[in-house]
Amino acid sequence: MLRIFDKIRRVGIVTERAPRDIELEALGKQVKRHIDGRFSGSLAIRVVDAGSCNGCELEIHALNNPYYDVERFGVHFVASPRHADALLVTGPVSRHMEAALKRTYAATPSPKWVIACGDCACDGGEFGVSYASCGAVENVIPVDVVIPGCPPAPRNLLRGLLAAMAG
Amino acid sequence: MTAGVNRFDWLSEFLARCEDEMIRVRGSSVRALAPAHLLHLDVEDWGRTAAVAKELDCRWCALWAEQLDAETLQVNACLSREGDYFVLRAAVPLATPVLPSHTPVYPAANRPERHAQDLFGLVFSDHPDHRRWIRHQAWAEDHYPLRHDFPARPEGVGETPPDSGYPFFQAQGSGVYEIPVGPVHAGIIEPGHFRFQAVGETVLNLEERLGYVHKGIEKIAEGRMPEALARLAGRVSGDTTVAHAWAACQAMERAAGVDVPSRALAIRAVLAERERIANHLGDIGAICNDVGFAFVQMQCSRLREDWQRGNQFVFGHRLLMDRVVPGGVWRDLTPQCAKLLLTENARLRSELDELLSILDDHPSLEDRLLGTGVLPAETARTLGAVGYLAKASGIDLDLRRDHGYAPYDRLTVDSPCLQAGDVAARLQVRAAEIRHSLELLEHLLKRPPVGPVQAGWRTPAAGAEGLGLVEGWRGEIITHVRFGDDGRIARFFPRDPSWLNWPILEQLIHGNIVPDFPVCNKSVNGSYSGQDL
Repeated sequence: MLRIFDKIRRVGIVTERAPRDIELEALGKQVKRHIDGRFSGSLAIRVVDAGSCNGCELEIHALNNPYYDVERFGVHFVASPRHADALLVTGPVSRHMEAALKRTYAATPSPKWVIACGDCACDGGEFGVSYASCGAVENVIPVDVVIPGCPPAPRNLLRGLLAAMAG
Repeated sequence: MTAGVNRFDWLSEFLARCEDEMIRVRGSSVRALAPAHLLHLDVEDWGRTAAVAKELDCRWCALWAEQLDAETLQVNACLSREGDYFVLRAAVPLATPVLPSHTPVYPAANRPERHAQDLFGLVFSDHPDHRRWIRHQAWAEDHYPLRHDFPARPEGVGETPPDSGYPFFQAQGSGVYEIPVGPVHAGIIEPGHFRFQAVGETVLNLEERLGYVHKGIEKIAEGRMPEALARLAGRVSGDTTVAHAWAACQAMERAAGVDVPSRALAIRAVLAERERIANHLGDIGAICNDVGFAFVQMQCSRLREDWQRGNQFVFGHRLLMDRVVPGGVWRDLTPQCAKLLLTENARLRSELDELLSILDDHPSLEDRLLGTGVLPAETARTLGAVGYLAKASGIDLDLRRDHGYAPYDRLTVDSPCLQAGDVAARLQVRAAEIRHSLELLEHLLKRPPVGPVQAGWRTPAAGAEGLGLVEGWRGEIITHVRFGDDGRIARFFPRDPSWLNWPILEQLIHGNIVPDFPVCNKSVNGSYSGQDL
């Protein structure tokens, strides 16, 4: 146990400050006002992989690593759509996930946002529309914000989330 | 075993046994699918040939079909022995697409055959399980998406209803209850359905129902140019972008007769080993996290982030997508970058020495991981396990060493092999693989071959085909590519290792408690996207 504490002490806190980006910082302040006012300080997100290659999921996971530590911005990922303020949807929507995505959307209490995450979710990406794929998320449920990228890097995910809250 | 030598010295025995069984090998080729041998069979001998292969301890690897013309389907099965690969091939008339099944002899063939059944309308006559596999409700039972007469983008497709009526295995009895999970899971994870039967906390049976992220990859590959196929292959499973792109490019290059410069091959291996390390770091953290040891998760996700930032800085992409291209790699590696990567290597090595020694010295972690999710060697062999799942259960299998493709043919690949077969062993194999990949990276980065990193592309003749064989971080990847007219792709089939490892999760969970399912699942970490295609 002492070795664990020692390791933690020596590594120190690597969590970065919000990206030094004037536009983003201004956005961040605005967002904080929105979150404090409308969500009592926290935004709950339910991630739905509707057909992704798993690349986007890796980068969403990275948001929880100690570098980004996204919870400090008031953002946390929840296990049920019933707990969620927003759905973060990845992938082109496979036809086999079409009904599941609609049901997840229906299970999310209003008011709710849908954020399409990654090129596939934005416009179908590499997979497009086919016998097996509905393409973009907006072809299946209404989308409020898009975050392009293949996959979007954690920093871009963060920007997209902040933009969603400010929008 | 000697690296890089494909001896096939057992093949004459195999052919003699076939002759004893009155199996007629109608033709063979050492060149058409080199380095694999290609053997043409009659349809009626299809099943018996598998039985002969089984007697000779051949490992069953893959099955895929293709439509040759308006009248004919062609079925291919890939098997392996001692690092040598051979492909069985039979032509099946489209009008009566019936052939014997390999599943009675090789259980690993179960889902791949049902995949071909759903997408081509093949009937595997003595298959023990005729249920659909990849088909849910997106197309009708009598429609076959990979046949030529089925459009990639049909008009007027309505809303797809949720899947229903799949005849799951049932268990009845006092105190037996059922837990359905998914397709939408609680975490940030791919979708799939798990059906548990349990008594108290003990799992009696687990049945997987996958196919939710079926995106029609095989169909939309048709008609692509090589660069576009490499991009698609890099998204078969996003965590395996390098290895899948490499396997697809290797297959295309073999079909086209393009020799990739040795410097490009060395850079591909650098990319592949970095991908292996990143994923193993993530898995070690996630396995520990699933038993409540968040410390390791935080440390590993920190190291993984450092690693991905290195990828971004040196290669321009955090997951290394689209860095492997037909004929070579996207760009050369400067000496400064190679030096930087070596520094990063050294740093990770010293971090790991410290972190893994803490892991080894943690009894409460041992308590949760030792003896959990045990996969006996015999089961692993019967079901055809690959990658870390095989290596943790006493099956010493690694293409980089056994099959010796470049540049690994000039490196010493020292693959770990443990006997315990539990979650702890699968974690230890990953840790050992990280250390070994760091060694390989040092060799590759210190003494890289000089020369170009791109070969000129040659458009292959219509009908040219190639087989890609690459050891991805999950294990063996087998990719078949056939070219059509104008240098465009006619057929693409990537066999992710998850095809073989997913069914094994159903076995190793028996007798474990339901709350240990997440850690058992994570220790296998099958790709949903890679098997759903």
